Amino acid sequence: MLGYIVKRVFLMIPTMIGISIISFFIIQLPPGDYLTSVLASMADGGQNIDEAEIARMRRIYGLDDPMIVQYWKWISGIVLRGDFGYSFEWGRPVSELIWDRMGATLGVSVAALIFVWAVSLPIGIYSAVRRHSFGDHIFTFLGFLGLAIPNFILALTLMYVSFAYFGQSVGGLFSPEYAQADWSLARVWDLLKHLWIPVVVVGTSGTAALIRILRANLTDELSKPYVVTARAKGLPEYQVILKYPVRIALNPFVSAIGWVLPQLISGVTITAIVLNLPTAGPMLIRALVAQDMYLAGSFILLMGVLTLIGMLVSDLLLAALDPRIRFT
Amino acid sequence: MTDATQRPAPDPFILPEDGHEETAPAISPLRPGEDPENIAVAGQWQLIRKRFFGNKVAVAAGVIVILLYLIAAFVEFLAPASPTAAQPRFTYAPPQSVAFFVEDPETGTRRWLPHVKGYTMEVDLESLRRTFTIDDDQVIPIGFFVEGSSYRLWGLFEMNRRLIGPLDPSKPMNLLGTDSLGRDLLSRVIYGTRVSMSIGLIGVVTSLVIGTILGALSGYYGGWVDLSIQRLIEVISAIPTIPLWLGLAAAIPITWSPLRVYFIITLIVSLLAWTSLAREVRGRFFSLKGEDFVTAALLDGSSQRRVIFRHILPSLTSHILAVVTLAIPTMIVAETALSFLGIGLKPPVVSWGVLLQDAQNIRTVATAPWLLVWPSLMVVLSVLAFNFLGDGLRDAADPYEN
Repeated sequence: MLGYIVKRVFLMIPTMIGISIISFFIIQLPPGDYLTSVLASMADGGQNIDEAEIARMRRIYGLDDPMIVQYWKWISGIVLRGDFGYSFEWGRPVSELIWDRMGATLGVSVAALIFVWAVSLPIGIYSAVRRHSFGDHIFTFLGFLGLAIPNFILALTLMYVSFAYFGQSVGGLFSPEYAQADWSLARVWDLLKHLWIPVVVVGTSGTAALIRILRANLTDELSKPYVVTARAKGLPEYQVILKYPVRIALNPFVSAIGWVLPQLISGVTITAIVLNLPTAGPMLIRALVAQDMYLAGSFILLMGVLTLIGMLVSDLLLAALDPRIRFT
Repeated sequence: MTDATQRPAPDPFILPEDGHEETAPAISPLRPGEDPENIAVAGQWQLIRKRFFGNKVAVAAGVIVILLYLIAAFVEFLAPASPTAAQPRFTYAPPQSVAFFVEDPETGTRRWLPHVKGYTMEVDLESLRRTFTIDDDQVIPIGFFVEGSSYRLWGLFEMNRRLIGPLDPSKPMNLLGTDSLGRDLLSRVIYGTRVSMSIGLIGVVTSLVIGTILGALSGYYGGWVDLSIQRLIEVISAIPTIPLWLGLAAAIPITWSPLRVYFIITLIVSLLAWTSLAREVRGRFFSLKGEDFVTAALLDGSSQRRVIFRHILPSLTSHILAVVTLAIPTMIVAETALSFLGIGLKPPVVSWGVLLQDAQNIRTVATAPWLLVWPSLMVVLSVLAFNFLGDGLRDAADPYEN
């Protein structure tokens, strides 16, 4: 098992490097560099800029170095010193800005993942056991709808409905009176009241997909001889279904961490922009529009790394839970 | 020779109806009731077609997709007005509904006259905001093939007939309401169909080319070619899509012309969609390259390029078609999301995402819910249609499996 873990972690490294190259590419993509936009904003502010000063700044930031050197400086700063560069828009190092936001993104994503599991498990079992029943058709229809509605449209719709019919505004993660308060039971309750909308919005498509997978897997499993045997020897129906077939059909739930998590992070990004949540999304888009590229690139890099870690966790969990998987 | 004993019992022998003695195989794979003359010679595509048309939902979805593309092709004729024609007198005007009869107030008889109702304006004295309500007393007759403002169909033919419109062009007809500048939402949604649907189509062609070539190379050659292409796919699919799209789209200079932005957005959405296609093609190549017909072609002296493009790829066409159909909705949603966030297409280009930009503000949506409802419905409808069509195609793609 240990050898398997080590091997998987090593296999991640090339992918990790690939992600960092793409993030760096995005940082370099806008025309002009880092300093051009600073100079433009300084000129707008009516400040005089000294030629020698510009040359000095170019040297400090290494803007005249070849691309590969710049990449090396950037990535080694991150890996060795946790230095993600400097955000010009905020006037602070990127590393001071991102962690809270990434934490919130991770938090909402995990909450959404738990929602996806909690909802799709009972519905998936129901749909597989009562195939082609009225309830199954309803869930199938809702599932297709859930897959077809883009996150941000669902978010807007829920926002509109709660605004128009409940007179409640639904932005942010906290009501104003709790935003700065210390943690207390009331604050947690307030958080939950705000959290459900993004969680439902982000989780819907994942839930729909997982229900379909669970239904298909469990249907295959239920027609196998060992289920007939279990039933024939007189086990109660709930044991017949829950004890073995569900356990085997559950594998996609674990591997879902690997492919649902990127979807969720992606979904949280755009939903948070609509609902104005304090996650990475709104800050990322602001940074991109302002071409504050080190901040934006760091977010993209970290989101990619988060996804990779999710895939690793799901593979390891799967290997630990399913004895049929060999560690090769 | 053990597999002969494992075969299921053969179906009863069938003699052709004309009574000729059967000369070909003694055991017919046909089921009773199937006309041997037709089935025995049915090619792969006939079987696929038969299976596809048996799936009613997929066929209905296919009809909707065709309708959407027809709308996209004839927007100028179908839209009642130009998408940029502002009516300053009717901002945020609510949708008018079509009625077909008017009642004569004196005699009480009903008379055939398709019409919409006019508007009355009220000014809220506190906020000084104008609101429009439907006025049941004003009747605006409408008709088909009426003369409206002139346009050029496909930029070529000067015309002024429009499918539907008010008989008196100076009267308002806004079947889906208007936006903040008083532009007719129906016309804008119809024009948006052209841009949004074509982005999906062009994008999918791009990712089809990239995905098929890389997938074919990966699956045919294996080894280090396969390894490096697989790593590339892994890296691209590890980055959450929306942040990556945002990152790429935000770099588009604001000075670029709308057409250039359109093509670059298409490229961005397709750059990330080719991975699933490449995986599918690669998997099929792995299973097909050991088949007899490939070996036969190689022994006949076909070059590798010929084997890939003339022998293996054609036998994948149906699968590729299914994957491609399932990839289009992702691209439509991607374009909508990017434009909605303001870093994709920008006005004066009209796409569903650009229309949804107007619905970003919750107070605007509360005043004019139709700005959110209709463009969203079009997005969801098209995504659903493509999904069902793609599922149907995928199920029909391999007619020889059960």
